[in-house]
Amino acid sequence: MIAETGLAALWLAAGLAMLQFVLMIGALRTRVDVGRTIRSIAVVQGVLTLIAFAALLLVFARTDLSVALVFENSHSAKPFIYKFAGAWGNHEGSMLLWVTVLSVAGAFFAILSRRTSERTLIAALGAQAALALGFYAFLLIASNPFARLFPAAPEGRGLNPLLQDPGLAFHPPTLYIGYVGLSIAFSLAVGALLTGEVDSRLARAMRPWVLGAWIFLTLGITAGSYWAYYELGWGGYWFWDPVENASLMPWLAATALLHSINVLAARGALKAWTMMLAVIAFSMSMVGTFLVRSGILTSVHAFAIDPERGTFLLALLAIYVGAAFTLFALRGATLKEGAPFELVSRETGLVINNLLLSVILGIVFLGTLYPLFVEAVSGEKLSVGAPYFNSVAGPLALVLALLVGVGPLLRWRHEARPVLKKLTVPALLGVSALVITFIVAPAMGILPRLGLTVAAYLASASILPLVGRNPLRVPLATWGMVAAHFGIAVALTGMAMNAAFTSERLAVIKTGETLSVGPWLVELHGVTPTAGKNWTAIEGEIRATRGQGIVSLKPQTRYFSDPPAETNESAIRTFWNGQLYTVIGKSDPSGGWQVRLWWKPFVTLIWAGGALIGFGGAVALLGRVWRRRRREPDWRERYA
Amino acid sequence: MKPKNQRLVLVVAAVVAVLVAVLLAMWGLRERASYFYTPAEIAAGKAAQGQAVRLGGMVERGSVKRQPDGVTIRFVVTDGQARTPVIYRGIVPDLFREGSGAVAEGRLENGTFVADTILAKHDERYMPPELGNLTAEHKAGKTLAK
Repeated sequence: MIAETGLAALWLAAGLAMLQFVLMIGALRTRVDVGRTIRSIAVVQGVLTLIAFAALLLVFARTDLSVALVFENSHSAKPFIYKFAGAWGNHEGSMLLWVTVLSVAGAFFAILSRRTSERTLIAALGAQAALALGFYAFLLIASNPFARLFPAAPEGRGLNPLLQDPGLAFHPPTLYIGYVGLSIAFSLAVGALLTGEVDSRLARAMRPWVLGAWIFLTLGITAGSYWAYYELGWGGYWFWDPVENASLMPWLAATALLHSINVLAARGALKAWTMMLAVIAFSMSMVGTFLVRSGILTSVHAFAIDPERGTFLLALLAIYVGAAFTLFALRGATLKEGAPFELVSRETGLVINNLLLSVILGIVFLGTLYPLFVEAVSGEKLSVGAPYFNSVAGPLALVLALLVGVGPLLRWRHEARPVLKKLTVPALLGVSALVITFIVAPAMGILPRLGLTVAAYLASASILPLVGRNPLRVPLATWGMVAAHFGIAVALTGMAMNAAFTSERLAVIKTGETLSVGPWLVELHGVTPTAGKNWTAIEGEIRATRGQGIVSLKPQTRYFSDPPAETNESAIRTFWNGQLYTVIGKSDPSGGWQVRLWWKPFVTLIWAGGALIGFGGAVALLGRVWRRRRREPDWRERYA
Repeated sequence: MKPKNQRLVLVVAAVVAVLVAVLLAMWGLRERASYFYTPAEIAAGKAAQGQAVRLGGMVERGSVKRQPDGVTIRFVVTDGQARTPVIYRGIVPDLFREGSGAVAEGRLENGTFVADTILAKHDERYMPPELGNLTAEHKAGKTLAK
């Protein structure tokens, strides 16, 4: 009964989306005022998808084995939290989550949006409905999460053990809110292109949505990177896996959009440019969804292979992106020119930021899709990994980080002051860092060395917008920007330190024997069997010291039975200046154990920087929302 | 700058950015993409010595031999037509088993594949697409089981 309720809610939501889309077309042609109706429909649609999603959670919580999806992905003996997380740890469930976020975002947009003109709002809600419609069709036709299994199975097949981790419970929903939050920017851009109202008012309406989605993307990527780091037991934080790239591409596009939208909001310039980026940003979200959900790639994450679904998703992608680009081609040139600016101005700075981010996006995009292209054309198989991405995109990212220090110091429209003078101190700090790296580590790689140089410079340069101002009078948005830019320097330091100073040891030792890694002396103190709710494990006790005090770490190798699998559970201890990372492997016939150790100085700065970037975004969002509780009348007043 | 000219400059800048991205990517991909080979293709001499490539196939039953240092293993990857010896130093992934699919990243040195990384079949349902055509033979239990 619960599953049928969920399915019915989905069908109803699809019907309403159709109605919403038709109403939009009608409203744009006849100028009939349907604003109120269309808002209500959007809200009801959001509620219906929430009901469907709640139904899915409920069948998973109850381990209802008459639902095929539960049978395939759950098991009665699974810890309760993973029964919930299992609901979206599979293809159908995650697509339902995707659609739920899409419709709920549309509902919130309908309720909260006060700054958009009524016509653009109706057009945007229509576009949002068109997006939702395609994905409802995908769910109902090709990926029904509520399909019944008859007769019901006696026991479920279980969830992939790699996914049985608290990280999984929050990582996909966070990323999806980011991915799909960008749909509002897409719909607003499409709506504004339809009505021709591309102006600073639109930019101010779009900005909180872009900022919100971008915060979730930033935090989702950061959390995903940490999850891969401790769960996969490989000691790396970013693998340039296509699935990781799928989340990086929308982030790069959203970052560019976030900056160009400020130009449109403040100066009314970069109109077509910003609309294009809004379309591209959500297109990248759809590309990412296609890559991950069609199972087209060789990847540790892709757990479904189903060409029929892949074709369906590809068709949706082609339709939406094609339609948006066609609209852009038809209307883009008819937009009025924006306000002019001089060569040396903040506008130019932001244009350069956008160009660099676009080039990096293009490089990641081509590198991710190239293997598919080659295989389709010649049948040859190849993979593109870290050597390509690091060496091609890395230097550009460093140049971008260098310019991050300059842009915020420039004035809008025209900058006549000698701005570079202000950067004397940061430049000196950068050069000092460079000299120090040559003294401390003459053999360091070039990218980490330049990374530390740029990080030292940027850490100080990013604070300059606050210098000489009364802290209480600086707008929150500026504080947010400073925090985010400082976060880049922090993350960059972590990445460079990790690349340059990580020590690694891999050896077989017997209990009581010791190994050294970096400054640490590590002893394998004992190995004991242990068990959890649905796994058994061998657990090593590792005692480590670097002079004073002993710390104890307990890495495990876990054996799951439903489905049969093994995972390495690394044990990590965090210190102020780095992390000690330990993994225990298999036993040796002679009685020794494989032990893998890393000492990673300052590696935590990578995720601290990511979190700081997201936090900066949140502060800026708060500032933007706070400042604008005024002026344009509330739509509710209009109808009162 | 006049608004009209400004728009032109921006359009040109955008086009140049796209071109730069494509050119950089093409250069990088030519230099650094690593190709995937099966043991039969290795035997046919398709992979150059020392070039970074991927090798994929089934881990031959009875071929996994641990070396005296305890952390180095040698094994044979086969596709039913040819066999390639592999040497790997490190902890093998969770699902690395004899008779199961694996992909190794590394390079060919004197006829032996020196692996830097080993990727194994990820879970019971997932198989790297590159190995898709091998599974049928594997299931039939033909040439692969020794």
